[in-house]
Amino acid sequence: MESVNSPANSTLRKTPLNALHRRLDAKMVNFGGWDMPVEYPSSGGLVAEHKAVRNNVGVFDVSHMGDIRIHGAKHPGGALQAVQHLTMNDASKLAFGQAQYSAMLYPQGTFVDDVIVHRLREDDYLLVINAGTREKDVQWVKNNTAKFNCVVDNLSDSYTQLAIQGPKAVEVLRKLTDADLDAVKNYWFTHGTVCGLKNTLIARTGYTGEDGFEIYIPSDIATSERVWDAVIEAGKEFGIVSCGLGARNTLRLESKMALYEHEISDTINVWEAGLERYCKMDKGDFVGRAALEKARADGLKRTLVGLEMVDRGIARDGYRCFDENGKALGVVTSGSPSPTLCKNIALAYVPPAFAEIGTPIYVEIRTQKCKAQVVPTPFYKRLRKATAK
Amino acid sequence: MAYPANYRYSKEHEWIEAKGDAATIGITDYAQQELGDVVFVELPAVGTKLTTGKTFGSVESVKAVSEIYAPASGEIVSANGELQNKPETINSDPHGAGWLVKMKLANPAELNGLMDAAAYEKYIEEKKKEASA
Repeated sequence: MESVNSPANSTLRKTPLNALHRRLDAKMVNFGGWDMPVEYPSSGGLVAEHKAVRNNVGVFDVSHMGDIRIHGAKHPGGALQAVQHLTMNDASKLAFGQAQYSAMLYPQGTFVDDVIVHRLREDDYLLVINAGTREKDVQWVKNNTAKFNCVVDNLSDSYTQLAIQGPKAVEVLRKLTDADLDAVKNYWFTHGTVCGLKNTLIARTGYTGEDGFEIYIPSDIATSERVWDAVIEAGKEFGIVSCGLGARNTLRLESKMALYEHEISDTINVWEAGLERYCKMDKGDFVGRAALEKARADGLKRTLVGLEMVDRGIARDGYRCFDENGKALGVVTSGSPSPTLCKNIALAYVPPAFAEIGTPIYVEIRTQKCKAQVVPTPFYKRLRKATAK
Repeated sequence: MAYPANYRYSKEHEWIEAKGDAATIGITDYAQQELGDVVFVELPAVGTKLTTGKTFGSVESVKAVSEIYAPASGEIVSANGELQNKPETINSDPHGAGWLVKMKLANPAELNGLMDAAAYEKYIEEKKKEASA
């Protein structure tokens, strides 16, 4: 048995809440060069944290993610032009206070990173990016926006970012802010006072498939810990638990949300990843558009499918997939037991001919080929309450 | 949780209990804590020959696969079938009902090379210190 926890005196990067996680006796691991909590035994562990988010509420420290602000310099419109050039979704459709899932692409139409673009105000955008790609993305943005009239600020270290997720998330946050949360729809945001902190960005976004919010607070340790503790206190009556990256992964996998270097990467294009909904080819030119046009014409060579294990066994990241004759088909990008479905699920790239629901796919688990079948995705979808407004 | 005085322990956090050449093997309380909730166990078939230090199966949590290493050599006489439907027994009773396999030892003297309970407890104390240094 090998031990996977990372020691405290390592050279990994730390969020402002690192000491707090260690005081809570969280199990810590290296995630993309960051010393992060994977689960909290005091919460009951990964499965308990996962279920808490699906049924009540959980709070995650996601400060390792990055933040890039692109805003107009001398001539308004420069920032929008830059964002439109850099990203595949149509940022011109965003109202103030609205956000969209998008991605930055390489000229080959493959992924630099996925990103959430927030329109803060006229010609002022905030891009929230992944932890492992912070520096790469900042460099990419600077290089590819030099010709536009805009200013690029790397604000990644300025914020502690907390994700409060679950059906009760809104009730928890309501106790801590004066902002009208009911007016903030999914993928919209507002600014309000949170725990006494004025003008705090409150976004109805998340990576769990549940309702929830992400708040961006000042990154000094004292403030970060004070707000975390306030969230926990406010959430007690709703059964809030601290949640780590382990539950974050099982939650997003059930909801079929992509993870960089798994479902999306610099060798996978938008069509293969099934993200055409977020790619607006008609909005005008953007980096990667020409290659995507060509790829679309050439036809799909592989596509992302959902798998459910039929035989005993857990398909995991990197395991190979075969057809019933032993021919190699592709690879599992993400795989894990699903705490909500009580099944072993996975996402994998296979040729389009094998993408039909019900197709048997054989996953190589250590030395055995174990049967799985293609199933619809997302594996889990939350019930949306009809709001009587 | 106490570490039974009559068990022997490997550096890979397996325990082995022997009466003559009849041995039972499992993973320790420390191992199950590190792993988290066990969701899946893969054990060898009856008759499989184990070689000291080589992997003979795996214990999986949601997050990770952990190989199990043979603390001694011998032949499997039974595997704990209950773990198929209730893998969480390894978490709740790692030194008892959570046993993994029973084995006929090739050489019972091999166990002298393993740690006793006191030595193992010292070993994991050091591991815990490393993790929170």
